[in-house]
Amino acid sequence: MEYVSPEGLRLDGRRPTEMRQLRAEIGAVSKADGSAVFEMGNTKVIAAVYGPREVQNRSQQINDQALVRCEYSMANFSTGDRVRKPKGDRRSIEISLVIRQTMEACIMTHLMPRSQIDIFVQVLQADGVSSYSCVSLSCSLPLIDHPHFMNYPKNNQSCGGMEGADYVNRTRSACINAATLALADAGIPMHDLATSCSAGYLNSTPLLDLNYIEDSAGGADVTVGILPTLDKVTLLQMDAKLPTNIFEDVMQLATEGCKAIANYIREVLVENTKQLEYRRGS
Amino acid sequence: MLRCNVFNKKTRNNKIKKEVREVYLRDDIWCGASSCTTCESAAARLTASTILVVDTNVVLHQIDLLENPAIDNVVVLSVVLDEVKNKNLSVYNRIRALCSNPLRKLYVFANKFHKDTHVEKMEKESPNDLNDRAIRVATQWYQKHLGDATRVLLLTNDRENKRKATEEGIFAETIESYVKSLGQPDLLDLVVQPASVDVNMEDVEDSRPAKRKVIYAEHKPMSEITSGLRHGIYHQGKLRVNRYNPFEAYVGSESIGDEIIIYGRTNMNRAFDGDIVAVELLPQEEWHEEKSLSIADEEEEEEEDVHLAPSSADDAPRSTNLVNASDQIPVPSRPSGRVVGIIKRNWHSYCGSLDPMPMPAGSGSIAYALFVSKDRRIPKIRIQTRQLGNLLNKRIIVAVDSWDRQSRYPFGHYVRVIGDIGDRDTESEMVLIENDIDARPFSAQVLACLPPLPWSVSSEDLANPIRLDLRQICVFSVDPPGCKDIDDALHCTALPNGNYEVGVHIADVTNFVHPGSPLDDEASKRGTSVYLVERRIDMLPKPLTEDICSLRADVERLAFSVIWEMTPEAEIISTRFSKSVIKSCAALSYVEAQARMDDSRLVDPLTTDLRNMNSLAKVMRQRRIERGALTLASAEVKFQIDTETHDPLDIGMYQIRDANQMVEEFMLAANVSVAGQILKMFPLCSLLRRHPSPTREMLEPLLRTAAAVGINLDVSTSKALADSLDRAVGDDPYFNKLIRILATRCMTQAVYFCSGDLSPQEFHHYGLAAPLYTHFTSPIRRYADVIVHRLLAASLGIYKLPTIFQDRPQLTSTADNLNYRHRNAQMASRASVELHTLIYFRKRPTDTEARIVKIRSNGFIVFVPKFGIEGPVYLTAKGQKEGGEWYVDEQQQKIIKMDSSLSYSVLQTLRIHMEVVEPQPNRPKLQLTLI
Repeated sequence: MEYVSPEGLRLDGRRPTEMRQLRAEIGAVSKADGSAVFEMGNTKVIAAVYGPREVQNRSQQINDQALVRCEYSMANFSTGDRVRKPKGDRRSIEISLVIRQTMEACIMTHLMPRSQIDIFVQVLQADGVSSYSCVSLSCSLPLIDHPHFMNYPKNNQSCGGMEGADYVNRTRSACINAATLALADAGIPMHDLATSCSAGYLNSTPLLDLNYIEDSAGGADVTVGILPTLDKVTLLQMDAKLPTNIFEDVMQLATEGCKAIANYIREVLVENTKQLEYRRGS
Repeated sequence: MLRCNVFNKKTRNNKIKKEVREVYLRDDIWCGASSCTTCESAAARLTASTILVVDTNVVLHQIDLLENPAIDNVVVLSVVLDEVKNKNLSVYNRIRALCSNPLRKLYVFANKFHKDTHVEKMEKESPNDLNDRAIRVATQWYQKHLGDATRVLLLTNDRENKRKATEEGIFAETIESYVKSLGQPDLLDLVVQPASVDVNMEDVEDSRPAKRKVIYAEHKPMSEITSGLRHGIYHQGKLRVNRYNPFEAYVGSESIGDEIIIYGRTNMNRAFDGDIVAVELLPQEEWHEEKSLSIADEEEEEEEDVHLAPSSADDAPRSTNLVNASDQIPVPSRPSGRVVGIIKRNWHSYCGSLDPMPMPAGSGSIAYALFVSKDRRIPKIRIQTRQLGNLLNKRIIVAVDSWDRQSRYPFGHYVRVIGDIGDRDTESEMVLIENDIDARPFSAQVLACLPPLPWSVSSEDLANPIRLDLRQICVFSVDPPGCKDIDDALHCTALPNGNYEVGVHIADVTNFVHPGSPLDDEASKRGTSVYLVERRIDMLPKPLTEDICSLRADVERLAFSVIWEMTPEAEIISTRFSKSVIKSCAALSYVEAQARMDDSRLVDPLTTDLRNMNSLAKVMRQRRIERGALTLASAEVKFQIDTETHDPLDIGMYQIRDANQMVEEFMLAANVSVAGQILKMFPLCSLLRRHPSPTREMLEPLLRTAAAVGINLDVSTSKALADSLDRAVGDDPYFNKLIRILATRCMTQAVYFCSGDLSPQEFHHYGLAAPLYTHFTSPIRRYADVIVHRLLAASLGIYKLPTIFQDRPQLTSTADNLNYRHRNAQMASRASVELHTLIYFRKRPTDTEARIVKIRSNGFIVFVPKFGIEGPVYLTAKGQKEGGEWYVDEQQQKIIKMDSSLSYSVLQTLRIHMEVVEPQPNRPKLQLTLI
C-alpha cells in the first residue's frame, strides 16, 4: 500500500515530517494539584498529579527522595467498541512503568524526601477503529479464491490479538506529554520538560508521528522520549526491526518531533502563567 | 505547519462502525501551471493556454489516448487517481508512469488536501456523485485561480456530469469532441467508443446478416456468482487457453482439484486467456459430445502451424490435444464446463495485424476491420479506424474495450503502429513487445551508476582484506565463440598431496550494482538478458556486461570465487568462498578447449589443467547420473547470421562437446555449494531454484509413444527414468536422443522461489537430482544470481544483508518476477528462432528427413531434427472432414489407410519437403509436405 504518495503527501494530508495537530489544556481537574489534557490528533489523554504528599504506605517510603507512582488506564469509551478495559493487565502495567520511569528521570526527587507523587493518566479517546472491523477487513479482502492467495497465509495475520498492544503503543507518547504538563502545572520541580514522540518507517520514508492507519501498516515504530534542553534520552522503544543507518534517521526525526512538542508545551505553560498573573492583577 | 482539521466520518459495512479520520487541509499545494504567479513554479508542468482536467472514466478507458504525446497539459486530480487505483491497478500504474515522465506535461493535483477544493460528503450523496462534484469543484478552482488567460477544460463522457459542469459555468466537453477539435484524424482511432450507444455498430452488424442474434449467454451477476461459488455450483479459476488450439481452454479449479476443460468460444463465453472466471460444470453426458459440436460450430479453419520444437511441458501442447481431432475416443475422466461469469478481466494490449480486406471507397471515413493477434489464444478483435489504408499492411497494437453478447468478436481500439509486416525489425520488435521485454536503452540515471571508464582494478581493491589475490594463478574461461559477457572462469591446480584445488570464479557484479540504486532497480525489473538470434538485450549496461564485469583474458578483474579441494576421485574435501582478484590467462571457446584436450602433443600447463578438470568433471558427472540426474536433450538450433544483412545463412543443431559438459559440471557444483551455504545462514530468505517432479499425467504422452514402439519406461523416480532412458536404444543413433527430447518436453520448468515459502522437501531439483540448487554463476545476465551473490556475501559477513531480504513478500514477488521474465526471455528466444527459420526457408525450399512424433486423425506431427522444428503433415486435403480413407490406431500410435496398403507409426523416419507458402497475403508460413 502507498502510505506516502509520489507528491509527498501522507494519507491524511500531512507531509512526512509533519506532526498531527497538538492541543493542550491545563487545569482540567480542579481537585488535583496539577492536571492537563493533551491531544495529538485523535488521541486524547487526561493526566492528573497529586503531591508531593505524605506517603500512604509507610513501608514504601524512601528516606532520601520522593516516591513516584503512576497509574495508566483507558476509558471504556475511548475506543469504538464498548468493552470493559481491564485495569491491571500487563500492558497497562508496562506503560505505567514506562511513564513512571520517564517522569522519575526528570523530577528532582531528591528535593522531596519521604514524600509521594501520584500521576494518573487516562486515555479519553484512542485513534483508530475497533478490533472487530479490523478482522472484517481481512475477510472482505480475498473474494477471489485464487491459489495465489492461498500460498501466503502468513501475510494476512497482522490483525488479531495485537490490537490491544497497538492502542497502548499509540497512546504512549501522548500520555508522557500529558504527564509532563500536569507535573509542571502542579509546580513540581523538574530538570526539564520530558516529551515524547514517535516516528516510523514506511515506503522507504521516515514518517513523524504515525496515525492509526500508518501504525497498523506493520512497519517499524520508534518511540523516543527526551529531555530537550539537557539533550538526554529517557525513553527509546522500537517494535519490529530496522537497519541501523535507517534507524538513526528515524530516531533523529522522532527527536526533532520531541523538541517541537517541548516548544509547544512551553508556550502553553507560558500562556497559562500569563493568565494566572493577569487574574492576580499584578 | 498544520492548517485545519476536519473530521471525516466513515462507516464500514459488515459490522457498522464509526471511523474517525483526520484530514489536514493545506495551502501549500501548488497548481502546477507555469503562468501562475502565486504558486511555486519549481514543479510547474502545465504550459499551454488550455488545461485539461480528466475524470475517472476518461483515465480508465482512454489511457491509450492519454499516453499519446498529442494530449498534454493535463491535470490529474488525486481523487481521480484514487478511484482509478481501486478499479484497475494496471491503468493506475500507467497513469502514474505518465505523471512522473519528465517529457510529458501531466500534473497531479492533490485536490483532497487543498483547503479550497476539499469537498465534504453531502446527505444522500453517492460516492460517485461525490467524486464528480470534487472534480467539478477542482476544475472551477483552477479556472478562478488561473484567470481568464487560461481555459480550463473538463473532459468527461458522463452526460450528467457534463450538464452540471456547464450549469456551474465550467467548460466541459466529451473526449470525442475534444479530440475532433484537435484535427488529428489518427488520434481519433485511439478514442475508445462507448459500448452502449454505438449507432454505427449496427450498420456493420447488418452487413453480416447472421449476427444480430445473441451469440453468447449472459454473464451472471456478481452476487449470484459469489453465492454459487460458496455452494459449490460454480468453480473459480484462471482460464488458460490452449496455445495450439484457441477453441479449447482449461480452468484449474481448487474446488474440484482438477482442470475443467472448456470447448469452443460459446462455452468460453467471452473470457480471455488469463481471466479469472466462474465455471459451471456441464452434465456428464455432454462432456465429449460438446467437443465435436464446438469444432463444427466455428466458421474459420484453425490449423497447426510449423513451430519450434517445444523444450518443456510449458511450451508443449496439452496432452489431451492428442485426441482432440479424433472424436471416437471419449475422454470421460476430464470434466468439461462453461463460463458463467468473469470475475477479473485480464485484458491488455495485443500485437498483430488487420485481417486483409478490400479498401472501402471513401478513404478517411470510418471503417471497421478485424484485428488478428499474433498470439493465437486471443480471438479476433473488431476495431474502428479512419486510416485503414495505412494500417492494412502494418503490425499494430490493439487494446480490448468491451465484448457484448451480440457480437462474435470483442471491440477494441488501435493503439499504435509497430512497422511493416514482414520487415525483420518490425517482427523482432513484435517478439519483444509480446513477451513484455523492455529493450529501451538504459536511462541516464542508470548509466550514472556506472564506474568511470576506462576502469581497472584499483589499489584499494587489491589492498582490501576481503579480496583474495589470485592473479598469479592460471585462470581461464571457456565459452561459446564470440562470447563477450564472460561471467565465469575456472582454475585447477594440482596440490602436493595429490589432491586438486579447483576454483570457479564468477564476475563480481555486486561490486558495481549496489542495492537500491537505479541500476539495481532496472536490472531487477529486466530480470535477465534476452538472447535473440540477431541481437542481445542486456540486463546491465554494455560497459558492465562486456568490459568491467566480463572476465576477459589478460586483464585484472574482480571475482567472487568458490574454491574446493578435491581428491582425484572428485570428492570435495573443503569448500571456500571468497571475493577475489583474478587475471584470466586465456578466454577459450568450446572448440578451442576441446581441440587442446584432444591434441596429445600439447603438454603446456593450461592444457594439463584442462585435462585434469575434464577427468574430474567426468567423475562428477557420472556420480550425478548415478544419483538419478536426467540427461535430457533439447532441440536447440544455431543460426549463422550474415554480418551485413543479418539474414540467416545456415541453421543446424547445436553441438555439445566434452568441454561444454566440463564447464557445466563445475558450474552446477558451484551452484550447489552456494545454495547450501546461503540456506545454512539464511534459512528463511534464500533465493533457490527448484524443479518439481513431473506427475504421471504429464509423462503420459511419453509413455504412450514409448509403448507404441515397444519400450517400457519406468517413471517412478528420476533415477529409474534415467536408467530406462539409457536402455531405450533403437536401431538408429538418433532414436535415443529423440526419446530424450520427448521426455524433456514432459517436464515443467524449474522455478526460483524464496526458501521461506516452501518446506525443505519441496526444494528438490528433479532434473539435476539435487536436494538444493540455486543460480550463482551468471550474474551478468541473470538477476537471480545477483541476489544470490548478495546473500553469499552477507553469509560471509562481507556486506550487510540488503533490506529487501527482511521482507519476505517482497522477496517472493521478486522471485515471481524473475520466473516471469525468465520464461518470457525463453519465449522470445524461441519466437526469434521461429522468425529466422521462416526467413531462412523463404529462399530455400528444402527436402529433409523428419520423424513422426504425434499421430492425428488427418495426418501427423513431424519433428525435423536438423532444424529443430516441428509441424503438421496432412494426409488428407484441408476441406475434407475426417479423411475417410485413414483411421488412427490409438493403441499402436499408427495411422493406417483403410485398405491397409500404407501406414505410418510414431517415431518413424520419413522424408519431407519444406517450403514457405503464403495462403493469405502477409501471412507467410512454413509448410511441410510428404514426398
